[in-house]
Amino acid sequence: MTGGALGPTSLAEDAAPGAGSSSGTRPKTSRSDRLFRRLSVGSASLVWILLVAIALFLLQQALPAIHADSVNFLTTKQWLPDNQPPVFGIAALLYGTLFTATLSLVIAVPVAVSGAVWLTQYAPRSLGRMLGYVVDLLAAVPSVVFGLWGLIYLVPRMVPVSAWLSTYFGWIPIFRSDGIYGKSIFTASVLLAIMILPLIGAVSREVFLTVPQDHREAALALGSTKWEMIRLTVLSYGRSGVISACVLGFGRALGETIAVALVLSANYEISWHILTPGGNTIAANIANTFGEAGPVGRGALIASGLVLFIITLVVNFGARAIIARRKDFQVSAS
Amino acid sequence: MAVPLVLSACSADNNAANSAGASGSSTGAITCASGTLNASGSTAQANAMSAWTKAYQTACTGASINYAGGGSGAGVAQFISNSVDFAGSDFPLSAAQAPDANKRCGSGNTAINLPMVSGAIAVGYNVPGVTSLKLAAATIAKIFSGKITMWNDPAIMTDNAGVSLPSLGIQSFHRSDGSGTTYNFTNYLQNDAPTDWTYGHNKVWPAPGGQGAKGTASVVQGVKSTPGGIGYMELSYATQNNIAYAQVGNAHGQLVPLTQANAVTFLSKATTSGSGGDLTLTFPYQVADPNAYPAMLVTYEIVCKSGNTATTLPLLKGFLGYTSSTTGQGILSTNGYVPLPANLQTQVSGAVAGLS
Amino acid sequence: MSAPPLTAEADLGSLGHRTLSSAAIALICAGSVGVVAVLFALTSHSVAGFVIVTPVAVVAALVAMSWVVEGGRSARSRLAESLALLGLVLAIVPLLAVLGFTLVNGLKRFDSTFLTHSMRNVADSDPGGGAYHAIVGTLEQVLIATVISVPLGLMVSIYLVEYGSRSRYGRLISTTVDVMTGLPSIIAGLFILSFWVLALHQGFSGLAGALALTVLMIPVVIRTTEEMLRLVPNALREGSLALGARQWRTIVSVVIPAALPGITTGVMLAVARVMGETAPVLLTVFGNPAVNMNPFSGPQESLPLYIFSQAQLPNDTAVARAWSGALTLIILVIALTVAARLLTRRWHVPTGG
Repeated sequence: MTGGALGPTSLAEDAAPGAGSSSGTRPKTSRSDRLFRRLSVGSASLVWILLVAIALFLLQQALPAIHADSVNFLTTKQWLPDNQPPVFGIAALLYGTLFTATLSLVIAVPVAVSGAVWLTQYAPRSLGRMLGYVVDLLAAVPSVVFGLWGLIYLVPRMVPVSAWLSTYFGWIPIFRSDGIYGKSIFTASVLLAIMILPLIGAVSREVFLTVPQDHREAALALGSTKWEMIRLTVLSYGRSGVISACVLGFGRALGETIAVALVLSANYEISWHILTPGGNTIAANIANTFGEAGPVGRGALIASGLVLFIITLVVNFGARAIIARRKDFQVSAS
Repeated sequence: MAVPLVLSACSADNNAANSAGASGSSTGAITCASGTLNASGSTAQANAMSAWTKAYQTACTGASINYAGGGSGAGVAQFISNSVDFAGSDFPLSAAQAPDANKRCGSGNTAINLPMVSGAIAVGYNVPGVTSLKLAAATIAKIFSGKITMWNDPAIMTDNAGVSLPSLGIQSFHRSDGSGTTYNFTNYLQNDAPTDWTYGHNKVWPAPGGQGAKGTASVVQGVKSTPGGIGYMELSYATQNNIAYAQVGNAHGQLVPLTQANAVTFLSKATTSGSGGDLTLTFPYQVADPNAYPAMLVTYEIVCKSGNTATTLPLLKGFLGYTSSTTGQGILSTNGYVPLPANLQTQVSGAVAGLS
Repeated sequence: MSAPPLTAEADLGSLGHRTLSSAAIALICAGSVGVVAVLFALTSHSVAGFVIVTPVAVVAALVAMSWVVEGGRSARSRLAESLALLGLVLAIVPLLAVLGFTLVNGLKRFDSTFLTHSMRNVADSDPGGGAYHAIVGTLEQVLIATVISVPLGLMVSIYLVEYGSRSRYGRLISTTVDVMTGLPSIIAGLFILSFWVLALHQGFSGLAGALALTVLMIPVVIRTTEEMLRLVPNALREGSLALGARQWRTIVSVVIPAALPGITTGVMLAVARVMGETAPVLLTVFGNPAVNMNPFSGPQESLPLYIFSQAQLPNDTAVARAWSGALTLIILVIALTVAARLLTRRWHVPTGG
């Protein structure tokens, strides 16, 4: 049961410090309670202050560059901020960031969640736990290693896969290509999917494991098959947890820097064809060009980072709205 | 900001085969000093810095030189913010950066560019069955801008009479990150093939076509693993990875093989354009010499001509004095670089001696 | 009828329904694998094709037989189970590929010299040298980051779950944390570079790197910890409060221990993630070829930075060192994760409801 109608806050107000206190006045919360609460509120505020500091810093560094930009920052595709005059815009970067992250989520979520379902519902308990740790080992691989592995191992192997997709599914527009494969949005999305898999899987597993046993037994007792039981209890109970996991994974995919920088061919174009080389993301662009950027270039990169920041805001607000709406409709049985 | 702990006898730091000199002594061209130097910038000179650091630290055990590659832009930014003692850069200080750099050195002082590490840009290729290739500047320009797409194109066949070229698609690789190599390569193309290369020169690849790769290591990876691949890279990468490289054409259509002698010849005709000790180089792209290899790059050390602190000055002069000496330049060729020609080397050496 | 042992009674509590026995399932699987193998041997000989078509054929055969014998609902259940298993296999395959690749390439230089020596006086093209300085640096930086972010993150998630779960301020903080999980690692590095290293004139150091890692770690710790705290049943809280414990005591002695296994998992995942972050340390620790034991002063090396810079060099010796560094890092993280799991087992409190 999630914290239902009886939230912890309301309990705190009702709890009496000592047994047997029956006077009509409201009991004072103790000093230690107040201290602890203040500590907790203070920590929460520190987080918020940190975020504001980061946002202000981004703005302060980005604004001069945006002023110096001679074209529209949001609709231009080129990236030449250290030219005279500076010409740069994030159209291609923004598109690439959102597209690769979404595509990686589309690939990773079914795999991660179904794997989590098998591990928690079908596998014997100890085997499930063991294999779960094994899948979590993917999280142990640092992103720079993923990038190097992606570059040396994955890219050459994605060439025949891309060729196959293009041959048999080329009638679908996104799979159309002109015969050169390799460092494409598709490859980068597959790599990103592999990287966010353990995150989504681990959180999903933890959530599925806490579905109350009596819910599951009740469904089975009513005559449902195992899959129906899972659908009725486990998946619906864990839906908000899985969505949180997905948002976490999406956030990670949006901001992944080094691995994508190594694996993308990095041009500044917008293309629906995911199998052709090209594509660029905001974070990869920062990794690629920061070292050689002049002052306007650095400001421009930070401005693009600011946009990425805002995207994350929007995504999270959207996810929260979805979860909140679902909670309104959920009948909290206890 | 150096902590004595860095210099303490930690067994993990005992890597040199034998430490030949105690701190304070001089060994041949090396004037020892102790302390720590932090520097950063161009990755193109990382190998050179590493070799020099080892030689200097082995001779002078009290010295620690810490060079972090991270890109010329980052290096210059760190130099301007006084986070490093000197910067390695693929480009001299720009007109916008010069005033800030001068300010960092103190009022009335200037920052100067000293060419220190030069290298050749190799045009590496992977064409099965072809072991030697010649490419005119115009041909290279068309290949890298996507106008020539097959290896048996008439233009390439004209450059290579008698060589049988396969009917294989060309896959060109360029740098996706900002790079001095790109800057110098596109500068060469713009100067020596002006009609076919209309994209200007920039540290960010300015032309259409081809695949981008982050870092020269990725360009090498691409060329090696793609039959029909071609890419531009620093010579050390080509030799280390056994990639064949082509003879390139100069402004007058002469095809020049990539040898150390040809590279040095080209550099010896470069002119210096700075003043007051600054030695910014202008490459002689229009020279009509079949023995001058035109696709060159040079990286600079950006230092304060005057205004260096008393703690860093001895080690700065000692280390840069070593790197600009004939001994120091002499170890460059084993690392795939090109030593400065004698005329330039004496100028740089003299400039270092005049640092204060 | 004389029932052949292909169907069995009473499985899944569905009384009287015919179900496929395990023998039948085994037969179906083996049979379909065999058919596909024969087909491939006769036609295309493609190993990759065989590997891909076989699971599809097995699942299809199983589901079809199940449909005929057990009925539609059970067939759907079998399909779901097969797809779930397929998902797991798909999740494990890249793991094996990455780990195997790193192992094969990393073992070349994975020797005692590598683990006990730094890069001082080792040129890029020299065959020796090691990552000792990088290992020390990473351990110190991650330790500092953990020491800062775990207590802080825990306090924040306690606020979110115990005090602020219904308040507007709580929702604001929660949104803030969500936003910070999406912060690109390089922005965290840029922030610390600009603020701590430059503006506050603290210079490059291991501490600066640790601070950049903290910025990345805190939101992940908060998120996962919050999720775990929320899953602790209210019954435990109510019981403790009913027994007269103060609220803070309840949180500390009852709620946190109940959520501890999940919290540990979350923290370990966060540590695992930040240990491999290159971009934030790239900008803040500067790098150092020699050992620097003091993370509070002076440039320091870091293992992901070491891997990244060695891998970009043209020398074979450097690339070999890079892969050995990668292997070292992976081993470190795995060791930490395994240790955390073992510790957790001792403290596991059943949370059944």
